Order: sequence, then structure tokens, then C-alpha cells
Amino acid sequence: MLKKLKLRRSHALIFGGITIIGMVIWLWLSYQNKQKWPQTFGYGKTATQQDITKWDIDVRPDGKGLPEGSGNVADGAIIYTNKCAACHGADGKEIKGAKLPGPPLVVGGGKTKTIGNYWPYATTLFDYVRRAMPYNAPGSLTNDEVYSLCAWLLNENKIIKANQIMNARTLPKVEMPAQKLFIVDDRKGGPEVK
Amino acid sequence: MSMEQQDKPVKTTGKKISRRTLLGGALATAILPVTSVFAKYIQVGVPAIPDPTKQPGPLPGKVGTRSPFENPVKKPSDISSRTPLQDLYSTITPSDLHFERHHAGVPSIDPNQYELLIHGMVERPMKFSLHDLKRFPSVTRTCFIECAGNFRTGKEDITVQEILGLTSQSEWTGVMLSTLFRELGVDPKATWFLAEGGDAAVLTRSIPIRKAWDDAMIVYAQNGEAIRPEQGYPARLLLPGWEGNTNVKWLRRIEISDAPYFTREETSKYTYPVKDKIRMFSFEMDARSIITYPSFPQTIERGWIEIRGIAWSGRGKVVKVEVSTDAGKNWNEARLQGPVLEKAHTYFRHLWHWDGSETEILSRVTDETGYTQPTLKQLIDARGKDIGGYHMNPVTAWRIKRDGNVVFKPESHK
Repeated sequence: MLKKLKLRRSHALIFGGITIIGMVIWLWLSYQNKQKWPQTFGYGKTATQQDITKWDIDVRPDGKGLPEGSGNVADGAIIYTNKCAACHGADGKEIKGAKLPGPPLVVGGGKTKTIGNYWPYATTLFDYVRRAMPYNAPGSLTNDEVYSLCAWLLNENKIIKANQIMNARTLPKVEMPAQKLFIVDDRKGGPEVK
Repeated sequence: MSMEQQDKPVKTTGKKISRRTLLGGALATAILPVTSVFAKYIQVGVPAIPDPTKQPGPLPGKVGTRSPFENPVKKPSDISSRTPLQDLYSTITPSDLHFERHHAGVPSIDPNQYELLIHGMVERPMKFSLHDLKRFPSVTRTCFIECAGNFRTGKEDITVQEILGLTSQSEWTGVMLSTLFRELGVDPKATWFLAEGGDAAVLTRSIPIRKAWDDAMIVYAQNGEAIRPEQGYPARLLLPGWEGNTNVKWLRRIEISDAPYFTREETSKYTYPVKDKIRMFSFEMDARSIITYPSFPQTIERGWIEIRGIAWSGRGKVVKVEVSTDAGKNWNEARLQGPVLEKAHTYFRHLWHWDGSETEILSRVTDETGYTQPTLKQLIDARGKDIGGYHMNPVTAWRIKRDGNVVFKPESHK
């Protein structure tokens, strides 16, 4: 009886010992891991609002990111002729048999993808024209000029009327005919070809 | 030959003759026929030495060069430049042959001025210099990058480079995007981020944030050295397996958000008709393969031929490549060169005895999701006749003519 008890006690000691050693190793390892992967590396600098404003030029379909300013179709026509027509053609339409440096922008007779039949959001126009156009002088247009170009392009594509003003409030409300056509990718691997 | 090329030797010979050149035997100026395809290299001063065992060669140099007898070059157009896949023997693309696709040229960026801004739905918006990025724990990974618009067909005399040379593979080194996101304290409610380049297109793409937590990286090195300007120097986004356009080069800004931005590149471009709809946000590149040898304009001789090629999948590992040497009637499993990596070009080989009769050779890949590379007909059946040019990965065939000439088998696209 006593012997059994002693045996049990020694077992308990052994198991207890192993448990304690295990916990020590676990604590030590987690300490080591913490050493290897700190809460923060402390590299880099906090960005100021000024840093962000300088580069943050993106515009979302809900209008987030659109700046103050406004534009109209008549001004847009003049800006287009001066700064865009050289690459995109006089009226932005596809010219059969000719390949212009820039793609057609205005719905013509054919199936060619243009703003009017393929672009799902009008805000994308503002975002893209402001950041990347004209090709030879990207980022050179004022916000008013970009709004005017949006107005002219949307009017040429028969999406807005000639007297409509484009600004941060009106542009996101423009409904693009192609929006309803877009679906999100449904491919997911596996045997089915999609 | 253009004037520019003819001018080259004048410039070179105008250089001071160094001790190395003298010792290297450059004075043995035997001139080979100018009609040789290597002519422009020979003109810039490569001597033709009758017996290289009888004369010492040049001493060690600062930068190595290709043999003047090898001339793999990219095939440039106004908007892209294609990798000569038919000239490569394995899966790493030499950095200077990596395909290029950019939307307003290659910007020149001073690494000391470079900054990456990360802001939006984060606790701490931050700016990182290139030096900062390099200090973070780094990771090296080999994977392909493929442009989503990577398929040409329509004629017989077309090379692998022309058909699908907008895919290349490098060993990339950089910092996991998750490491940076952890540093910034990204809002758990964030679902997307915008990646913006510092080129003249200031190119932007919206990326689901799950990719950042999965395997996205910001890379600053390619094949062991600083990334090349054409590939995004000094740092680019790397999204393994995802369409090339999302791997934004010259990365200057990331904005974390709860919605996509529907940028020009992800709406009017990189989308394609599927029946009466338009499919957008097609990120993964589906599995694809091509035989690179034999291919146009190579010729073969009767006897044993090792058919060689590359296979890859943006969804994981290649598990099987099958080769047909009888126009698709029978398929044989090719040998894969290990180690087979995830989302990586994988080299395959199949030994074939050609008896001299006319035939077609094809390859098709199966990836670890069970997806098998489709035929063009299967793609058209799935997407409709108006299929467009993005995410096209059909099985392609080479015709072997009786005289040993190899030509592409163009299939009707529309």
C-alpha cells in the first residue's frame, strides 16, 4: 500500500516535472518568437495629411475623392479639340480603316468598345483623365477642365444633355448604360471551363 | 540593317585599347561575312580566332556578356515587349528578357527619392523609403507573371514569343505585404486596397485584401539583383498567379478601402465578354502550357526528339502535362522538371520518335484544382463567340511537315 503510494507520488513528480519543463520551454519559445517578431519594427515614417493629399487622387463610383470645381459640355468641346483630338480623332469616333494613336471614345456605328457602350461608371472618366491624360502631358489638366471633358464625352455618347453641369455631386449620379452588363469573375478552378 | 547598328563599330573602336583587349587577342581581327545573322555582334569587335587553344582569351571582366553566337531578344511593339520563350532552356527568364507591358513608358525613379505611401483604413498611415522596405524581414519566391492579354494566333509563321511571349518567370525578393499591413494596423473591416504606380499612367488597380494576407509581396529584387526599370524599379507589387496588370510596377501608393475603385484598367480594360455579360475582376491566370521545342521556325530531323515546353497555373501547382503527337488522338504524360513550384512555370519533356510523317503535336496541362487547359472551342462554348482577348489559354498545336518544318496551327478566333 505504502509502496504503491510512493510509486504514485514518484509518478506524479515525474509528470509534474515534465509539465513544468514543457511550460518553461513553451514560455521561452514564445518569448523568443516575440523577440524575432516585434509588435512593430519601427521602420518608416508616419505619413502626414499633406503627404496623403499630394498623392491621393483616386475617385470612387460613390464620388469619394471627387474635388471641387465644375465643367460643362461647351468648354469640354474646346478642350477636347485642343488637347485630345490629335490622338482620338475630331469627334472621338472610330474611323473605319484608320488606326489612331488613341482608342475611340464615342459610340459609333460598330461594336467597338467605347465610353458609351462599355464604361460602367462615369467617375472612372474623371479619375483616369485627371491622372493619365493627355498622354504627352499627364496630370496637366485643371479639375474644371477634367469636369468639362467628362461632360463633353458623356454628352457625345448621348448619356447626359448638353446643358448638364458636371461636378462632385452630379458626376456620380450619371448612370452608364454598360453598368448592368458587368459581372464579377465566377471562375474558380476545378474541372469546369468558364 | 539600320544606320544605328552600322554606327556601332565606329563608337566601339573609338575606345581606348586596354591591356585586356590586347591580351585578349582582339587584334586578331578576322572579319566574318556581314551577311551572318551575328554580323552586328561581330562588328563590335568579336574576333574570329581559328583555334582558341592556341591563344589566351580575355581576362576576367566586371560584367559578363552573352556569347556573340547567341542572340535571344525581346520582340517589342509600341505597348509591350515579348519574351523569346523558344530560346530558353528552363523556366527562369533572364532579367533582360522579361516581358514588358506598360501604359506610358518606363519611368526613371531615383531610389533615394522613392517613397511608398500606405494610407486609408489603417491606424497609422505611413511612408516607407526603399531602405525601409529592405530592412523588413524578406522573402524570396519564384513565380511567373503573365499579362492577361497574352494570346496571338491567325497565321502559321508565328513563334512562341509572338503567340504568348507576355509571360516570364523570375526569382523575386521583397517584403510580404502582410508584414507591412501588420505594421500599419489595417482595419479588419477593410476589404480592398488600391495599388498605384509612379509612372506617367499613374496606373491603378483595386485588389481584394485577402490577397494581401495570402501571398502578395512588395519586391525590390529580381533574380538576385535590383529589379530592372522595365519591371518596376525600385519596387513593385507581386501578386503570384494573378494577371500581370495587377502586379503594379513602380509602386508608390496603397490605399486601404472597403470597396473597389473601378479604375479604367479594371473596367474598360482587362474585362471581357462572357455571353451577354462582361466579366470583371478576373484575377487568377488559369492553367496553360505550350510546346517551345519543336516550334516555328525550327526544323526537325527524323528520329528521337525530346519535345519540351512550359506549363503553369495561377491557382497552384502543375500536376500533369500531357503531350499528343498524333493531333490529339492519344495523350502521353510528360515528365515534369522538379521541384514543381506553386504558380510557377514548370518545364516538361516528352521523348518522341518521329517517323517523318506529317502530324500535329500538342500539350495540355492539369493543375492541382483539377482544371485542365481547354481547347479554343471549349472557351468559345463557355464564353460565346465575342470572346475578346483576355484570359485566353487554349491548347495550341504545332504542325510537323514532312520536310521537318514546324508551323503553328492557327485556329479561328472569332
